[in-house]
Amino acid sequence: MSLLEVKNLQVSYGGIQAVRGIDFHINKGELVTLIGANGAGKTTTLKTLVGMVKKSGGTINFDGKETDNIASFNFVRNGLVMVPEGRGIFGKLTVEENLQMGGYHRNDKDGIQRDIERGYELFPRLKERQTQLAGTLSGGEQQMVAMARAIVSQPKLLLLDEPSMGLAPLIVEKIFEIIQMVAKEGVTMLLVEQNAKLALEVSQRGYVMESGRITMSGPAQELLADERVRNAYLGE
Amino acid sequence: MNANKKLGVFIASAIALAVLPFVVGSTLGNSWVRTIDFALLYVMLALGLNIVVGFAGLLDLGFIAFYAVGAYTFALLGSPHFDIHLPFYISIPLGALCAALFGLLLGTPVLKLKGDYLAIVTLGFGEIIRIFMNNLNAPINITNGPQGINLIDPIQIGGFSMGKTIDVAGFALNPVHMYYYLFLILTIGVVIMAYRLQYSRIGRAWVAMREDQIAASAMGLNIRNIKLLAFALGALSGGVAGGLFAAFQGFISPESFGLLESIMILAMVVLGGMGHIPGVILGAVVLTIAPEILRDVIGPLQMHTFGRMIVDPENARMLLFGLAMVIMMLTRPEGMWPSKRRKAEFEDAKKG
Repeated sequence: MSLLEVKNLQVSYGGIQAVRGIDFHINKGELVTLIGANGAGKTTTLKTLVGMVKKSGGTINFDGKETDNIASFNFVRNGLVMVPEGRGIFGKLTVEENLQMGGYHRNDKDGIQRDIERGYELFPRLKERQTQLAGTLSGGEQQMVAMARAIVSQPKLLLLDEPSMGLAPLIVEKIFEIIQMVAKEGVTMLLVEQNAKLALEVSQRGYVMESGRITMSGPAQELLADERVRNAYLGE
Repeated sequence: MNANKKLGVFIASAIALAVLPFVVGSTLGNSWVRTIDFALLYVMLALGLNIVVGFAGLLDLGFIAFYAVGAYTFALLGSPHFDIHLPFYISIPLGALCAALFGLLLGTPVLKLKGDYLAIVTLGFGEIIRIFMNNLNAPINITNGPQGINLIDPIQIGGFSMGKTIDVAGFALNPVHMYYYLFLILTIGVVIMAYRLQYSRIGRAWVAMREDQIAASAMGLNIRNIKLLAFALGALSGGVAGGLFAAFQGFISPESFGLLESIMILAMVVLGGMGHIPGVILGAVVLTIAPEILRDVIGPLQMHTFGRMIVDPENARMLLFGLAMVIMMLTRPEGMWPSKRRKAEFEDAKKG
């Protein structure tokens, strides 16, 4: 049984169908990527997974349960954590406070502190900036905060929405290193990206989404080698 | 600052606060001690409103309603009006609880409102409460309408009443002195509560919610509950202050709970430094004491320079007051003593 099992998922905004019946699954421990052009329905899919957008059809089964009746603020308690587009960190809280927000739903103070320390070990830069307001950090550092905070949330599945968006190429590479580091920690991830090349390089499996449908899927290496993917997304 | 120095400052300020009413009373007269008592009440109120406006970022223009609820609860439970005379340690907590309930009552319908819309609804709520107090004398006389409630019991501890002057070892201890200490203790309580809240998980949650509701909700924050909690806790301190006000004055009427009072308390929070506890305390003290000083200065000053009254002192006071606010907002919109966080927010706003 997969950790996440999505069947025939459909989402509409008003009369327009953004997601037209897609199937995909994620196994425990995997890093899976969902690539596609602007407006293909990737972000909508993610938002639907965490209950921020209502689905109009299909089933989402996470960790053996249907997620239909979970309030959006309760998803994190069930282990589904999203790092939204634009990172969603709290600029007016310090780095430390941001990480503590990640443990908001947890009751074990010691455990939270341990996980915060683990975040600092992964990103020593954050330890240096512990008491700084997160809004004053660079884009790459802010992404580190978002990732470290996600770790403190103890996700069973971490959803990343366009982590490379709006960042300089050098920093983008850094971010993907971070993603790999977190994956090595044993966190299962679904990565939504426009930067198809980098995303496929770090992932085990991939799905390609076009106008609300999944058109291709398979091991990331195969997709990277696929003629159609190379033409459409890698600009070759 | 090292620990010894901190302890020194702490002891010095404790002594200063302890002897303050006697020093002021013997040099400036007891009416100034009364003003200081009011300053303490306003500190409590401003800190309560600061929870709602400063921490949670919900603009509330009807905060005085909770003060009114606390005051009326105390008055109805301790006056000849219904001939109930409950001791203060029951009626003040009850008043605070009632105020908190009214906080929830206000909070529930305005959960989805923001900014100006929220301000208008809260303003209306404040007026509704006042108008209710004004008109609830018929068909059943509950609040005694515009006449207000008179002869409210003073605070009584054991057999001893704070309403009368007593002699302690040759010292005349006036009611204003005794109330000063009571208010001081409760104010310190409210300050401690505010500090604990600010640096708690809930305090962080309020900042997070203020900044980005969606991201906050993704972190597992129940926005509804956290907003209601802000309204309830803010109202709670308002209710405590209200009960004390009723006991201190011995008389309350709907007139004391008008819109201008709400705005005054908001001005204390904003001018002091929204969200910053020392700033809010400073704002409350300055805005309570400054008008009193102006009252004493403007009249004699005009007599002295012009030989007659040109502007009515009361009007001149409000004029100067307004002018001070305008200048303040132009030159230092973040307040007299802002927090680091708020300063950063204002700098962001300027940039972008």
